[in-house]
Amino acid sequence: MKRIIVVVERVNGELNETAFELLTAARGFEDAAASAALMGESVSDAASELTRWFENVHVYDDPSLAQPDGDYQSRVLKPLIEREKPFAVLIPHTNTGMELAPMLAVRADAPLIADAISIEAVGQEIRSVRTVYSGKVQARVSADPTENGAIVSVRPGAFAVPEAPPEAGGSVHAESIPEDVAPRRQFVETVTPDPSAVDISQAEVLVAVGRGIEDEENLELVHALAEAMGAEVACTRPVVDKKWLEKSRQVGTSGVTVKPRVYLALGISGSFQHLGGIKGDPFIAAINTDSAAPIFGVADVGIVGNILELVPLLEEKIRARG
Amino acid sequence: MEIIVCVKRVPNLSETEIEVDRDGRSLIDDDLEYDVNEWDNFAIEAAVQLKEAHGARVTAVTIGEEDAEDVLRRALAMGADEGLHLMDTTFDGSDAWGIATALHRAIADRPHDLVLAGAISSDEARGHVGGMLAAMLDIPMVALATDLSVDGATATVRHEVEGGLERVTRVDLPALVTVQTGLNEPRYVSIRGIRKVSGMEIPVKTAADLGLDASTVGARAARVKLEEIFLPPKGEGAEMLDGDEESVVAALVDRLQREGGL
Ligand SMILES: Cc1cc2nc3c(=O)[nH]c(=O)nc-3n(C[C@H](O)[C@H](O)[C@H](O)COP(=O)(O)OP(=O)(O)OC[C@H]3O[C@@H](n4cnc5c(N)ncnc54)[C@H](O)[C@@H]3O)c2cc1C
Ligand SMILES: Nc1ncnc2c1ncn2[C@@H]1O[C@H](COP(=O)(O)O)[C@@H](O)[C@H]1O
Repeated sequence: MKRIIVVVERVNGELNETAFELLTAARGFEDAAASAALMGESVSDAASELTRWFENVHVYDDPSLAQPDGDYQSRVLKPLIEREKPFAVLIPHTNTGMELAPMLAVRADAPLIADAISIEAVGQEIRSVRTVYSGKVQARVSADPTENGAIVSVRPGAFAVPEAPPEAGGSVHAESIPEDVAPRRQFVETVTPDPSAVDISQAEVLVAVGRGIEDEENLELVHALAEAMGAEVACTRPVVDKKWLEKSRQVGTSGVTVKPRVYLALGISGSFQHLGGIKGDPFIAAINTDSAAPIFGVADVGIVGNILELVPLLEEKIRARG
Repeated sequence: MEIIVCVKRVPNLSETEIEVDRDGRSLIDDDLEYDVNEWDNFAIEAAVQLKEAHGARVTAVTIGEEDAEDVLRRALAMGADEGLHLMDTTFDGSDAWGIATALHRAIADRPHDLVLAGAISSDEARGHVGGMLAAMLDIPMVALATDLSVDGATATVRHEVEGGLERVTRVDLPALVTVQTGLNEPRYVSIRGIRKVSGMEIPVKTAADLGLDASTVGARAARVKLEEIFLPPKGEGAEMLDGDEESVVAALVDRLQREGGL
């Protein structure tokens, strides 16, 4: 039997969807037994919910684990890995996961596959597909688990959440923090978002602009088009990094989650971090000069072309409808 | 304060036609343009700003072929004091573990109060080298910094966590911080600026200099093997609107209207 440990993440006190996505990934292995590892403060409710999904739930319940700290978590989990000797440890490829996975890999001396979008076991080997070169290329990689297994950081959203809990009737194992392990980081505060910022999360129609707009001045074209459409303006991260638009207009995993009816993507390559903020399966139209841009892989309609030329024309045609 | 910045030279692919080479594991690179990894550029700027504020020695380190020297020269032009070039065919085909191993060997014996890496490299897109390096150095790390300040022997880091939120975390040095884009506004590097540092010597170290060989770094030692790379199948995804500008735009207006977008 293959023991698989899924590291569960909580966001704002709630179990994160990735816990269940990774369970789907774990159950993809033949003859697998899936355990969860849960870390936090006052997590008994979360632990009992997890017993409906996982056969074993390893719980570290301690005030020192209240804030996500991948550095600390890696030292907390190391003895569990050494004791359980799993075939694979699945960690979500999230912000905290990006701290935890590499540090745990080194500490547990296990190979680490990054940001996998598929996972399978072939004999004693784990194989995954992942995206490279700004999402334009895919790579097939493989790793041989060591004594302590292999670690796979799994892309959020790559696997579906099971429709219903398998009612696994799992058991809770209270784990203790290893004696010589203490946090090395000090939590100061959570930054409160500006309450007066625009809220695009409820907008039904979004005109989103990316680095393809090239210059701050060209944004006027986009604002004019949005006005003609009765839409809100959204953007990618590089546009915010350059301070051309407010952070509250950034769609993505480190920005806002939107669920519009229509999403017009202008000069956007279509990174998974950007697409991760678009929910509800909207109608997506994309304009991009590069016919191989990943955005065309997810859009409903696409035009290969220059937004600096097409956007004014689009605005004109929309206004001309009267 | 001693600051080490890990920088990588990466191909810039956003508007380039790409093709997989015959070996099935790399891109045909005749027409590729290279640049410093976007995240690493913010890391260099952060290091140089700390130097300007508090005084520090900034060393930029890269693993790569001869041309990778460009990103070190660029870092020097931005204000780094030293470059360190780890170059050896033995490093070819290293996975994240191999890269972190070589960086670790190069950094461990020299003073390092603050080690900076990019959050992720745009070509290999792992986001794991920084964390591995921190664990090998056995120093704490904080990922995805959007603000960074140092006061005495303590760094205060604002960094991105889940749910689009940010937290502020304090950590005693030595520590490793991975840098997210938008942390600062990287200064412009002119050709003149590069020329000014063209005479500066950049030491090169080989695998053997670091006590490494093919059993610890390179393709054969890689714990994660690259089997093949391939382009996503064409023709999947969007319905492409073809024709002259007038007609594609008219067709788009039509579709947007039908979907309730106007
Ligand atoms: C942890 C993490 C979190 C992140 N969170 C987010 C997030 O929340 N949101 C987000 O957006 N990104 C996020 N990113 C960044 C993400 O990885 C990408 O770098 C970013 O989404 C790229 O933005 P872009 O598409 O505008 O730019 P690029 O990838 O540079 O794409 C620009 C596109 O414009 C096209 N183009 C150029 N000129 C023209 C023209 N004249 N007409 C038409 N097309 C043109 C190009 O062909 C290209 O496809 C995150 C990254 C990390 C590591
Ligand atoms: N070849 C390299 N030389 C120096 N630093 C590197 C190299 N590869 C990766 N890094 C550093 O590790 C970070 C994350 O890379 P990765 O884990 O490959 O996504 C980069 O932003 C760099 O700071």
